[in-house]
Amino acid sequence: MKKSAQIQSYSLTTSAPRKKEESLVWQRIKRNKELYFLIIPVIVYYIIFHYKPMYGVIIAFQDFSPRKGVVGSDWVGLENFRMFFNGVYFGRLIRNTLRISLSTLLFGFPAPIILALLINELRNVRFSRFVQTVTYMPHFVSMVVICAMIREFVSSSGFITEILVALFGYEGKDLLSKANAFVPIYVISNIWQGVGWGSIVYLAALTAIDPQLYEAAEVDGANRRLQKMYYITLPCLLPTIVIMFIMRTGQIMSVGYEKIILLYNEGIYQTADVISSYVYRMGLVNRQYSFSAAVGLFNSAINFTLVILTNKLSKKVTETSLW
Amino acid sequence: MSKQVTSNKIKHSMGDRIFDFINVFLLVLLVVACFYPFYYVICASFSKASLFMSHSGILLKPIGLSTAAYKKVFENSSIWTGYINTIYYVVGGTAINIAMTVIGAYFLSRKNIPGKGIITVFIMFTMYFSGGMIPAFLNIQSLGLYDTRAALLLPGAINTFNLIIMRTAMASVDDSMEESARLDGANHITILVKIMLPLTKATVAVLVLYYGVSHWNSWFPAMIYLEDRAKEPLQLFLRQVLIMNDMSDMNIGEDQELISETIKYATIIVSTVPILCLYPFLQKYFTKGMMIGAIKG
Repeated sequence: MKKSAQIQSYSLTTSAPRKKEESLVWQRIKRNKELYFLIIPVIVYYIIFHYKPMYGVIIAFQDFSPRKGVVGSDWVGLENFRMFFNGVYFGRLIRNTLRISLSTLLFGFPAPIILALLINELRNVRFSRFVQTVTYMPHFVSMVVICAMIREFVSSSGFITEILVALFGYEGKDLLSKANAFVPIYVISNIWQGVGWGSIVYLAALTAIDPQLYEAAEVDGANRRLQKMYYITLPCLLPTIVIMFIMRTGQIMSVGYEKIILLYNEGIYQTADVISSYVYRMGLVNRQYSFSAAVGLFNSAINFTLVILTNKLSKKVTETSLW
Repeated sequence: MSKQVTSNKIKHSMGDRIFDFINVFLLVLLVVACFYPFYYVICASFSKASLFMSHSGILLKPIGLSTAAYKKVFENSSIWTGYINTIYYVVGGTAINIAMTVIGAYFLSRKNIPGKGIITVFIMFTMYFSGGMIPAFLNIQSLGLYDTRAALLLPGAINTFNLIIMRTAMASVDDSMEESARLDGANHITILVKIMLPLTKATVAVLVLYYGVSHWNSWFPAMIYLEDRAKEPLQLFLRQVLIMNDMSDMNIGEDQELISETIKYATIIVSTVPILCLYPFLQKYFTKGMMIGAIKG
């Protein structure tokens, strides 16, 4: 008896403030009611253009026909996934995606760091601005134009091909018709497009370095610029490098389709075709909606998992994370 | 450079000078590598087609100055249709983007709003997971937006990354501003329009540029969602001429083989010059936006 009374009194004392709290919440909602009206179009937008397609991904488990719609189409379970995993192209697509992605990471990741370090060592402010302006430029040129330029330059009469012919006696053939030239072309042009823009993050981090550190280093005998670069600048940049690297590894299985489908051709699918370009071709060219939705879902599930994992890792290593 | 180094008050050692020399040398090389492809395109576009085709290797200046390729490009009506459509998509699309992003960011930057946490998660989740290309395409079809201009304007109405940039800017505005306005009886719409927008206009400007450039450069949605060529943006026309090598829109005539190469280069210049001319003036805003994003990230 005593105990139940105690419980009752306990619950009484807690329910009173909760009620008060609830009314406070209600008050806050009422006070901000225009705010909730304002957000409606934004929520509607996300529902229609993001969550509805997420629901639409269930066609990956169906034999979807546009006539019957998402609701009426027949269910086939994991058949589409099985078809993809057992298909002839599965290994090739995974290999190509990883090869392009890892090569871009290996060569493309250090490039902006090196550029930022070099720009940081410039004494002439105007020259430094000039370097930045010119190197950022390719980032703003449209992908179609960039790819058109690449295609022209490496075609059989393009100047890059001609230079290679003159230097190495390479037979003057269109480089994009050679399967083993695709990855180098992709990676090098990627660096050209992104090195300047990518360096901004590091330059921002460099401006935050305390100049006293350099003075202290001089006192300690680090007089040469390379020494200061190695012992002061680089360690100060390390946290930024680590987080950028971790974020980048989260995207290891996603190679964008835009550049691929503007550059590749049937003759070099064996090295150039990646998961996303395959999804595009199967789905929107060949109209195999369910199959390519399954391939796409497989890819986004991997990407999602990788982002979660790398974010966890980032939290552990650098105490910074995306959320 | 040497003048600059010697004029510096601190005396630099020999090692320092060698370091500077190598550094400047490397960066000059990089600048040349970044800029030369564009310069080559300019030279090629002004070259005489027959001479250009028989030339091999790099170009330092146009060979046999000719504007024939530009004449063919300007004669072509498709490129102007593309231009007008692109301007429509850039202006209309960016207006929708900014309105939606500002509203969303204002909501997400307010404090003590019940339900904000859930809505934040609801929005942020879309950054990490999406239905993918095919469900998005079928969604546009089922909404009846296929082959409409709205298909290029609405699906990307908010870029969530830009939304976060805007939210960060609005959250950093002093709370007392909002409080005093509320005491004076202002509602949220008044606060947003009269207080927040003027105080965050630099960030709004950055986002106008980000969205504007992305509409200008966008081609893929137009390729998959549009059939009617009258609605086609410039980038899609460029894809047809430059990537698919389809010159049927160009009134080339007999010397087709010869001039088609220089026409391509002239087309690149005509379509890219507006961005490249504006770019040096806008560069600092772009960089600024990148910094805001970087600090947040």
